[in-house]
Amino acid sequence: MNVPAIQVLSVSRSFGPLEVLREISLEIRKGEFLAIVGPSGCGKTTLLNLLSGFDKPTSGAIVREGQIRMVYQQDGLFPWQTVGKNIALGLRDVRSQSDRVQQVQELLQLIRLADFENHYPHQLSGGMRQRVELARALAGSSDILLMDEPFSSLDYLTRLRLRQELSRILKERPRTAVLVTHDIEEAAQLADRVVVLSESPAQVRQEVRIAAPRPRDPTQAAVVRAMQLILTELNIEPDARQYAGARSNERE
Amino acid sequence: MLAVATLVATWYSVWLSGIFHASAFPAPLEVARGFVEEARSGRLWTDLVTSLFRVTCGFLLAVLTGVPIGLWMGQKSWARTSFLPVVNFFRNLSPLAWIPFAILWFGVGDASATFLIFLSVFFPVVLATMAAVANIPAVYSRVAHDYGMGDVEKLIGVTLPAIMPQIIITLRVAAGVAWLVVVAAEMIAGRDGLGFAVMDSRNGLRTDLLVVAMIVIGLTGVAIDTALVQLTKIPSVRWGYDR
Repeated sequence: MNVPAIQVLSVSRSFGPLEVLREISLEIRKGEFLAIVGPSGCGKTTLLNLLSGFDKPTSGAIVREGQIRMVYQQDGLFPWQTVGKNIALGLRDVRSQSDRVQQVQELLQLIRLADFENHYPHQLSGGMRQRVELARALAGSSDILLMDEPFSSLDYLTRLRLRQELSRILKERPRTAVLVTHDIEEAAQLADRVVVLSESPAQVRQEVRIAAPRPRDPTQAAVVRAMQLILTELNIEPDARQYAGARSNERE
Repeated sequence: MLAVATLVATWYSVWLSGIFHASAFPAPLEVARGFVEEARSGRLWTDLVTSLFRVTCGFLLAVLTGVPIGLWMGQKSWARTSFLPVVNFFRNLSPLAWIPFAILWFGVGDASATFLIFLSVFFPVVLATMAAVANIPAVYSRVAHDYGMGDVEKLIGVTLPAIMPQIIITLRVAAGVAWLVVVAAEMIAGRDGLGFAVMDSRNGLRTDLLVVAMIVIGLTGVAIDTALVQLTKIPSVRWGYDR
C-alpha cells in the first residue's frame, strides 16, 4: 500500500501573469483516498486537471502509475445514450462483446440501478446520474479515480447518501481516489488524508490525516475532529482548542 | 373534426350571404367537384409530386452542405467571426428576391425552384448548426478525450448527437419555409407544380380549382411537419426536449 500512484513534484501552474498553483508537492499512495479542500477559486480544479493529464504544469512534474478516470461535477454523462451505453463507454478496451455486457450488468448491480440500464440520463434523478458517472469511471481497468466536486449539485440528504454509496463501492472495487471538494464534512468523512490548500496562488497549507477506518459516519469523533482542524486551517474556526474547550464546558 | 365542420359551415354561409360575387367565391360543393375533376385528370398528383420533388432536392442539398459548414464554423472561432456577417446577410435576404436571377441562371422549371429552396434552407441550417456546436458543453469533449475517442469517433459519437435536437427543430422550421417558398417560386418561375396550379387557376378564372390547390398546399405542409415531428420522438434525442 505504500507504492505511490501519483507523485506531484513541486508543480507550479500559471495562466499568463496569474499564478494559480505554487510549488505543490504531493504523494498519493495506491489505494489511498485523498481529499483536496481549499477556498473557492484557489485552484483545486486546476490541480485536478494537472493530475488527470488534461493540463500541463508550468514547472515541476507529475508521475502517474495506472489508468486515470475522472468523475465530473454534473452532466458528464452523454444524454443521448442510455445508462448502459454510458457505462459501456468505460469498457471500450474490453474486446469481447459478451464480457462487456456482463461487466455492465455487474456495474449496474454495484450502483444498485440494475433496472435502469435502458433509461436515459434525463430520466434519472441527480443522485442516480452521479452513481452512473461513478460506474462509468470504475468500469474496466481504471486504477485512479479523480472526482471534481462530484456531489456538489445535489441536495444535502442525497449527498450524505452518496457518500455512503461511494464508501461502499470503493470497498468492493478499491481504487486510488482523489476528491476535490469545498465540502469539508465530505472530505473529513471520506478521505484518509485531507490536503488543505491556501488562497491563490495555492500552496499546500496543511495535511490532515484521519486514521479512523472507512466507511465513517459524519458525526463520528474522528470526523468532527478533522473538520475542526481543517476549518481552523481555513481561518473559519477561530481555534479548534477553544471549540473543544467550549464543548467540554457544555458537558459539565 | 369540429373545427373543420365549423370552417366549412362558415365558408358556406358566407357564400350564401352573397357578400362576394359568385365568380370570386366558390361554394364548398364546387370545390369538391373541382377536386374530383383535378384528381381524375391526374394533374393534381403531378403538381404535388413535382413540388415535393423540388422541396426534397433543395432541402437535402441545403442540409447536406449546410450542416458540415455549420460544424466547421462552430468549431473554428476565426471562421465564425469572418463568415458570420455574410451568412447573416443572406439569411435576412428573402429567397424570393432571388427569383429573377434564378430564372436567368436556371430557366423556368425544377432547377430554379430547387435553387430557391436551397437558399431558403441553407443559411438557417448553417447558423443553427454553428450555434448548436458552439454551445456543446465542454465536459462532453473532455469525456470523449478521457475515454480515448478519436476525431472521427468524436464527431459521430459526440458532436452530432449533441446537436441533433437543435438540428431537428431547425429542419422543421426550414421545411416550413421551403414549402412556402416553393409555392411562390412556382407561381412566378414554374410551368408546373402546386404554385403554378394556383397561378393557372387564377388565369383561367377557376376559383374552385384555386381553392383545391390551396387546400392541397396547406395539407401537404401539415403532413411534412407531422413527418418531421416524428424525428423528435427518437429516444436518443428526447433529452433535448424533455428538460
